[in-house]
Amino acid sequence: MLKSTGSLFRHNQLSTLGAINYIRNGGVAMTTTTTTTNNKRQLSTTQRMQVGKESNSFIQNLFLGKCNVSQVMPYPTALDEEQLEFVESLIDPFTKFMTEVNDPFKNDADAEIEPRTLEGLKEMGAFGLQVPVELDGLGLTNTQYARLVEIVGMNDLGVGIALGAHQSIGFKGILIQGTEEQKAKYLPKLATGEQFAAFCLTEPTSGSDAASIQTRAVKTDDGKAYILNGGKIWISNGGIAEIFTVFAKTKMTKEDGTEVDKVSAFIVERAFGGVTNGPPEQKMGIKCSNTAEVHFEDVRIPAENLIGLEGEGFKVAMNILNNGRFGMGAALSGTMKTMIMKATDHVTDRVQFGSKLHDFQGIKEKLARMSVLHYVTESMAYVLCASMDAGHKDYQLEAAVSKIFASEAAWTVADETLQILGGMGYMKDCGVERVVRDLRIFRIFEGTNDILRFFLTLTGVQFYGQNMGDVTKALKSPIANIPTLLSFGSGYVAKRASTKMGMSDNTDLNKLSHPTVADSAKLASKCIKSFGISVENMAMKYQKKFIGMQSHQTIMANAVIDIFGMVSVISRASDAQSKGHDSADNESAMANIWCQEAAKRVEDGLKTLEDPQFAQRVKWMGDISKDLVETQNIIPTHPLGF
Amino acid sequence: MSRVLVGVKRVIDYAVKIRVKPDKSGVVTNGVKHSMNPFDEIAIEEAIRLREKKVAKEVIAFSCGPTKSQETIRTALAMGADRGIHVIVPDDKVDKLTPLQVSKMIVKLVEKEKIDLVILGKQAIDGDNNQTAQMVAALLDWPQGTFASELKIEGETASVIREVDGGLETVELKLPAVISADLRLNEPRYATLPNIMKAKKKKMEKLKAADLGVELTSQLQVVSVSDPPKREAGIKVENVEELVAKLKEGGVI
Repeated sequence: MLKSTGSLFRHNQLSTLGAINYIRNGGVAMTTTTTTTNNKRQLSTTQRMQVGKESNSFIQNLFLGKCNVSQVMPYPTALDEEQLEFVESLIDPFTKFMTEVNDPFKNDADAEIEPRTLEGLKEMGAFGLQVPVELDGLGLTNTQYARLVEIVGMNDLGVGIALGAHQSIGFKGILIQGTEEQKAKYLPKLATGEQFAAFCLTEPTSGSDAASIQTRAVKTDDGKAYILNGGKIWISNGGIAEIFTVFAKTKMTKEDGTEVDKVSAFIVERAFGGVTNGPPEQKMGIKCSNTAEVHFEDVRIPAENLIGLEGEGFKVAMNILNNGRFGMGAALSGTMKTMIMKATDHVTDRVQFGSKLHDFQGIKEKLARMSVLHYVTESMAYVLCASMDAGHKDYQLEAAVSKIFASEAAWTVADETLQILGGMGYMKDCGVERVVRDLRIFRIFEGTNDILRFFLTLTGVQFYGQNMGDVTKALKSPIANIPTLLSFGSGYVAKRASTKMGMSDNTDLNKLSHPTVADSAKLASKCIKSFGISVENMAMKYQKKFIGMQSHQTIMANAVIDIFGMVSVISRASDAQSKGHDSADNESAMANIWCQEAAKRVEDGLKTLEDPQFAQRVKWMGDISKDLVETQNIIPTHPLGF
Repeated sequence: MSRVLVGVKRVIDYAVKIRVKPDKSGVVTNGVKHSMNPFDEIAIEEAIRLREKKVAKEVIAFSCGPTKSQETIRTALAMGADRGIHVIVPDDKVDKLTPLQVSKMIVKLVEKEKIDLVILGKQAIDGDNNQTAQMVAALLDWPQGTFASELKIEGETASVIREVDGGLETVELKLPAVISADLRLNEPRYATLPNIMKAKKKKMEKLKAADLGVELTSQLQVVSVSDPPKREAGIKVENVEELVAKLKEGGVI
């Protein structure tokens, strides 16, 4: 039961719309998909992202200062032996195809997947990996899909996006929220690649601000159809798709009779007529993946092609994107593997100054850092998949972290590989510059990393608000609120006091960590406590104002990412040790390298949050930006005066 | 219509860098990538094409080896073979297996399964013996078309174009016959993921060598395995006289 308090967010009647407006009013134009269990609105069978009061999500609990590792430790696997064996049997044939038939250089040069390769991919079954077997797909679980997508990432990200735009988001809505009729009608041809799918959300004036889309679907008088008008840009597979998942505004009447525009999701067939597309966009990378504008002119959509209920389109979109995000972590960890091996191969042979490159300590550090980044990415990715496969619904924050981390780590690793290869890395033939170009977009699409950071922090703080708001208010004026404090339990206050002194307590995290990473576990425990206190401090000090404080949110998000990384690798290394892998000791070393540096970043970041000098810098930065925009000129007067 | 038996062998993958065991008893196989012998892939492909042309009615994939050989048979099933037969060989006997025992097993299977056509890879890339197809033909007293780069079957006659040192030789065989596949016979198809999934349901019979009445003892014993000698640097000579002198020195002339 939620009481009205003076804490960060008002949570009586916190409907989705309310959350949207709250965050929009604060200047951050984005939406969350939170609904409360008290929400009396008409509920559909739509799969809702759970951000209820209870959650076992590590990250959500992080915002409460709690260390809940049940979804992370021991290192989870959601595959039984048969599923493991099956996906293992797919690895060699799929790898063979991707290395022997697919030619990434040609795909990039022609800005198109070679027809022979495309046909081969269809025969391979690559277009319907997660479609149920009865509907002509392979019925893979998320973890199995991730393992295969790693192979694509290792070889050709352009093909990866062509496949991903099709199945990871293009028709995912039908797969996870479609009616049985919709699934039976559309999935078979999509699974075999006979038809391609595309996800159509972005418009010229609506990128991150997805709720502001203007494409409109007007219901016909007899209610049997919608007439769709509008235009979408930068749609992957836009030029080749037959089936589009389109998001458009529909007018709805509220209980009180007023009309409001809400987003609805539709399955649109090119065959409906009125669907046209522009020429393929000329891109920096992932060139063989078709990207085009898609226009809808008086397209008649039968009413039964709604995905979910009218007005639920936003949730549908978020569900789809959340559901598809795990694929990126896996694909990018594959890309990193290829880059690391290219770098390793080079430093093994190349001689300068009389020694092999790998004899130099500088190169050792580079190789090690790249390996650690890959290790963290891979560890996070498979924790996420296992969570999803285990049926947990509250994985959206882990998915966001995985996407942010993987895209930035892969960029760093590819860039560093290019650096290690020197001039050769810059040459097309080497194959590394293409990967660098392909990777740039991953920090932008499917939710820019910047927006995802804000989303991470605000959603987490909102979760905190739902759970702790009462206590925060009580702590502000403890004398007047002793009854509240007492009812909450003096244990909480004592806990808070003890954590302020930096003592770590004996949580599952410590118990489940192998001795070789025990120190890292202690560091992680400390970070978790520090973070929880920061959340509380931010909430108490700034309340609603916090919504606009993006520089602060970024610091907090980075701390979340670092901490989740820490726990993921501690879990993974402990697992490797308990299984006696040959690599176990190296894995523990990687985990410890990561944790020591991450812990320092976290503690420094959290201190910065409270530092008045930081606030001063934020203010100065605001002034500089304002000046730039107002004068439309570079700010400093030139050294020469002109 | 023919029933075709195809032999497939699990060997170290062709792309792997081979390392000799320190005790010189063989090569390192532990933890090393293995796959189907490339010539056997070609053999399976040919058999499946025959079935697709309706010249053959069933393709049976056979392998004798350790438990992991089943993965190789599964790949053959994924390419399109109808069922598999695995003759399990205990791990300690695997290295002692020679073409003669394998041929005897094939002979027994030919009887048991009423096979009209045996297609094998011309040689395995680990043993490089190039004997099994020939031995099978001899034991069965069947005609053989080895080093096949083209195979045409019309009725009871198989026309085989063989790659020989001098060029190409065409032989006509009366079925039943034994064929060994060479490199240019065909380009094997890729096992697709849906087919791998379907292959899980295909039948795989498991037998022991004794079930076929074959003894796993051999007259041959591998004495030692060693790396080829490391290539040494050459030297430059000034003139023909010096060349002749150096050659005499080296005991070459």
